[in-house]
Amino acid sequence: MEDRALLAASTFCFLLGFAYTMFVLGSGRYQPSRFNFGAMLGGFGFQTAFLVVRGHALNACPLTNLFEVLIFLSWSMVLLYFVVGTAYRLSLLGVFTSPLAFMFQTFALIAPLDSPPALRRRMLAQPWLETHAAISIIAYGAFALAFVAGVMYLVQERQLKTHRLRGLFFHLPPIADLAVAINRLIFTGFILLTVGLLSGFEVRGEWKMEWTKVVWGIGVWLIYGGILQADKLRRVTPRRVAQLAVAAFSITLATLWGLNFIAPNGPL
Amino acid sequence: MDVFCLGLSHQTADVATRERFAFAEHEIAACAAELRSRPELGEAVILSTCNRVEIYAATPDVAAGAMSVEAFFDARAPFQNGDRKALYRQDGVSAVRHLFRVVSGLESMVLGETEILGQVKKAYSTAAESGATSRHLNKLFQRAFNVAKEVRTRTGITRGSVSVGSVAGDLAEKIFGRLNTCRAMILGAGETSELTARALMSRGAHGIFVSNRSFERAQMLAEETHGEAIGFEQWHERFDDIDILISSTSAPHMIVTPEKLGQAMRRRGNRPVFVIDLAVPRDVDPAVNDLDGVYLYDIDALQSIAAESMAIRRQELSECERLIERHVADFWGWFLNAGLQRPPIPAGGVPIRSAPQVL
Repeated sequence: MEDRALLAASTFCFLLGFAYTMFVLGSGRYQPSRFNFGAMLGGFGFQTAFLVVRGHALNACPLTNLFEVLIFLSWSMVLLYFVVGTAYRLSLLGVFTSPLAFMFQTFALIAPLDSPPALRRRMLAQPWLETHAAISIIAYGAFALAFVAGVMYLVQERQLKTHRLRGLFFHLPPIADLAVAINRLIFTGFILLTVGLLSGFEVRGEWKMEWTKVVWGIGVWLIYGGILQADKLRRVTPRRVAQLAVAAFSITLATLWGLNFIAPNGPL
Repeated sequence: MDVFCLGLSHQTADVATRERFAFAEHEIAACAAELRSRPELGEAVILSTCNRVEIYAATPDVAAGAMSVEAFFDARAPFQNGDRKALYRQDGVSAVRHLFRVVSGLESMVLGETEILGQVKKAYSTAAESGATSRHLNKLFQRAFNVAKEVRTRTGITRGSVSVGSVAGDLAEKIFGRLNTCRAMILGAGETSELTARALMSRGAHGIFVSNRSFERAQMLAEETHGEAIGFEQWHERFDDIDILISSTSAPHMIVTPEKLGQAMRRRGNRPVFVIDLAVPRDVDPAVNDLDGVYLYDIDALQSIAAESMAIRRQELSECERLIERHVADFWGWFLNAGLQRPPIPAGGVPIRSAPQVL
């Protein structure tokens, strides 16, 4: 099976899970079911297969262009969902995660981001580069999930404030639990990003340090560090933290896309 | 073999009548065993709640069985004027339908309430343990529990809360999650605020502070709720310690304003607070809802949510009935078949079988 077909199958699974859940939510008959979880699992399975096939073809971690970065980011986000989602009993996190994974992958499939194999820069004999790239992208996966939890928080909070309790209200977790989830996801992402950035300083040779990326990476690190610190010192309300989690990830994603054009070696 | 149900409920009898016919918990097992031992009754289950007293029985002769149950009622609490009119009887397939409706909460005083399922399970379990049930009622009640579960999961009949207290409880849980770390303050010790506080306490809220113009009344309520009474002028000093404020004073002006609450929120480190304003005229300025982390609900908002939930439940009624009818037809098909295949009942009733486990 061609690797892009695996990706298309994965994207279809996420779409299916999301569409089904939106349908049952709309009909007011939502019950946490195995369908969405199964669709997420299917999507994750195909994503993993895609990364394995790509990895074997490259003989390296498949993070050689923005196309692969987006898929790896989507995979990290879904992986963290399986780790965090069940632990926090936030089953609806899947409902909000699947459209994001769907969007990333659809964009990756449609946009001309996947350069031909001959043009790809390989990361052979660059273990520090692979470590740096993989850990950093997993960190962004955690930030993506914090974004999702942030959106859930804002939706639930709005319903509580406006007194308009729609069907979704009864299935969304309490805002206190979402606030804790956002904090822990940002904290996890921040630690991973710290490790990712530090490992990046060890990269040598062709992939030597590019200041554009260093500034960008440190900028993202500072934004999330600032959110954590403000939350810890209770300088901001949980609602503001949720808004910041949404805004910070949106900025990160937009600048990651921009980095593709500015930095000589692309986003890595 | 046939099945019938005989009893009275909130729809046919007032509370005084219902309490005369009600069974004390410790009597039920013995009474069910006594009914089963009657030759005209094969199996029996006694359901006694504050809203209904019903006896479900399987019998080879419904008329004789029903007379026997009526006599049983009369012997326990001699009939008075009008009591017979309060009694109703459902035979055969109607009895099956009635039980499925009862256990699904469609016959409850509060449509869709779920407590009845636990009460029916307990009634059945008591009867089964005392050997008062056998094949027919075992199957009937097991199916009833499955029906109730399906009705709850596949329709919106239990959606939302339909009383002010339970709506407040739902909202508090959606703000704080588990309420066992939440502390509440009652400002103005009225009946509604007391009921709301109790609803929150039943979900885990503790450490109730009571502040009232009459300190004696505050102390009384504090004792009842295992809380602490505080002077009316000191309520804002304890505001930092609480998560839920229930206000119901008779003050002619607003006593909780955005200015007061804004300062308090900064002191609290932006911890959220749920403010329930039950007073008319209102105690809390509606503008406090604009503050970050403050969730204000007045009596109108709570009542409107309760009414909305009730409207949703009513809309779901036809879907519940459709679902129940499908199960009634299916069960009745089995029952008729089982009745034809069943050996004749020996004198003294059916042999005692081991009680199946309640689902």
